[in-house]
Amino acid sequence: MKNEALYNYVLRLGDDSLILGQRLGEWCGHGPILEEDIAMTNISLDLIGQAMSLLDYAGELEGQGKDHDALAFLRFENEYRNALLLEQPNGDFANTMMRQFLFDAFRKPLYEKLLESTDKQIAAIAEKSLKETKYHLKHTSEWIIRLGDGTEESHQRAQTALDHLWRYTNELFFETTEDVSLIASGVVPSMNDIKAQWSKTVLSVLEEATLVIPSNNWQFEGGRRGVHSEHLGFLLADLQYMQRAYPNMKW
Amino acid sequence: MKTMDLQELEKRFQEKIDKEIKIEPNDWMPDEYRKTLIRQISQHAHSEIVGMLPEGNWITRAPNLRRKAVLLAKVQDEAGHGLYLYSSVETLGADREATIDDLHSGKAKYSSIFNYPAVTWADIGTIGWLVDGAAIMNQVALCRCSYGPYARGMVKICKEESFHQRQGFESLVTLCNGTPTQKAMAQDAMNRFWWPALMMFGPSDDESPNSAQSMKWKIKRFSNDELRQSFVDATVPQAEILGLTIPDPNLKWNEETGHYDFSPINWDEFWQVVNGNGPCNKERIEARTKAKEEGMWVREAAMAYAEKRALKKTA
Repeated sequence: MKNEALYNYVLRLGDDSLILGQRLGEWCGHGPILEEDIAMTNISLDLIGQAMSLLDYAGELEGQGKDHDALAFLRFENEYRNALLLEQPNGDFANTMMRQFLFDAFRKPLYEKLLESTDKQIAAIAEKSLKETKYHLKHTSEWIIRLGDGTEESHQRAQTALDHLWRYTNELFFETTEDVSLIASGVVPSMNDIKAQWSKTVLSVLEEATLVIPSNNWQFEGGRRGVHSEHLGFLLADLQYMQRAYPNMKW
Repeated sequence: MKTMDLQELEKRFQEKIDKEIKIEPNDWMPDEYRKTLIRQISQHAHSEIVGMLPEGNWITRAPNLRRKAVLLAKVQDEAGHGLYLYSSVETLGADREATIDDLHSGKAKYSSIFNYPAVTWADIGTIGWLVDGAAIMNQVALCRCSYGPYARGMVKICKEESFHQRQGFESLVTLCNGTPTQKAMAQDAMNRFWWPALMMFGPSDDESPNSAQSMKWKIKRFSNDELRQSFVDATVPQAEILGLTIPDPNLKWNEETGHYDFSPINWDEFWQVVNGNGPCNKERIEARTKAKEEGMWVREAAMAYAEKRALKKTA
């Protein structure tokens, strides 16, 4: 492969969007308020759209004629590169919003930097996706504050979600040795910058929401290397069902 | 202002209707007209929301990303339709949450079609084609409904529904031009959805007691049987294009009437499903009730937060 480092990088971006989009789609018809049902489906739709562009580009970089569907549906579990955070089950509305918020706070600065990428294709995808991601972050920040500073029950649920999901956040800033060359050539930003901005957003929103970062700072990782939680297999069973049960057909 | 007697008010109301002047929320209207509309629009809203469930259950399993995105957008449109319709109900002085509680308690009905399961991917295309197709027949007529907010909402809804219908048809074209397995999947869906789709137009005219009054008030423009016949006439040629067989041995073109003849509908099945004995009635209502109950704390939190905010502002 001509540019394996970039392929892997784009795959990570694409898989993050794909897996989280898939998760959010599960809420459809079951949201706590009709307006939020629409909002979650909307975010899911944006993420699936991003996954299509990103995985198409990954397929192009790989050079084996794979399109977004071949990559989205026909890989084995350990070939997915999404962060563990995104495959975690929806749980309650607080858990879904917290997962989304922690991710949006990472995605926004990342896309802002990728806007300046020397790779034109990445910059173009980032431009379209950034507009969407800004809305997502605004939406989830507002909900985190509303839940954290709402009722006793909503505060407790939001805090439980934060305690649960915090251990998956550090993996978002995963960087490989091969990324160094991409950073040097201005294709992708260094994760140090992204993490600094993420921390700033997260700390200020959590403070307003009266939520506290858990004292247990143990961090999991593995998704970026294809070592996933037990949850991914079930998600893929749904995602891949049609393609596996009816191989080689057009839909 | 001089008080008018009821008869005079009703006479003026009917004159407006006859002159095709729209009735608006603040206009005087007979109690029965209001009640009929609240019932009809809220049931329409419930149908949109319950209708999200059979299709929503295929979002995670859509066969490719494009179909997944299209389905997400479609189901989202339905939620949007529910929102406009609940807003229309509110213009009549009804409370949105109270009408939803009526749905959950079984007091309010919704379109019986959504009590049938969506068991294969072909069902998704078929629902778009037949169910949205049947809905459009009803709804195009409702764009001229005498009640302004409902009629205007329906214009926007119809545009989206006709898009859904074409998407459903296009999805079936793909299956019918695909492998024998795919074609069989499409035919199986047709076999299961054809009759329930015809039942969507409701009881036949002689069994539909409220229809005459609704026609006089121009809430309804065509009878159930007229709409059902238009649907059959429009749909048969589309089934021919797809190469699908309609599961009715008596379906044939009648030169004399200029319409298709078709077999009598199984009204026993219709009433069973309407009255709660459809394959998914229980599951649909349970899913909606669960969403409301589990969402209660979210709504409470949003209200509590808004109140805190308001207090801070005044402080």
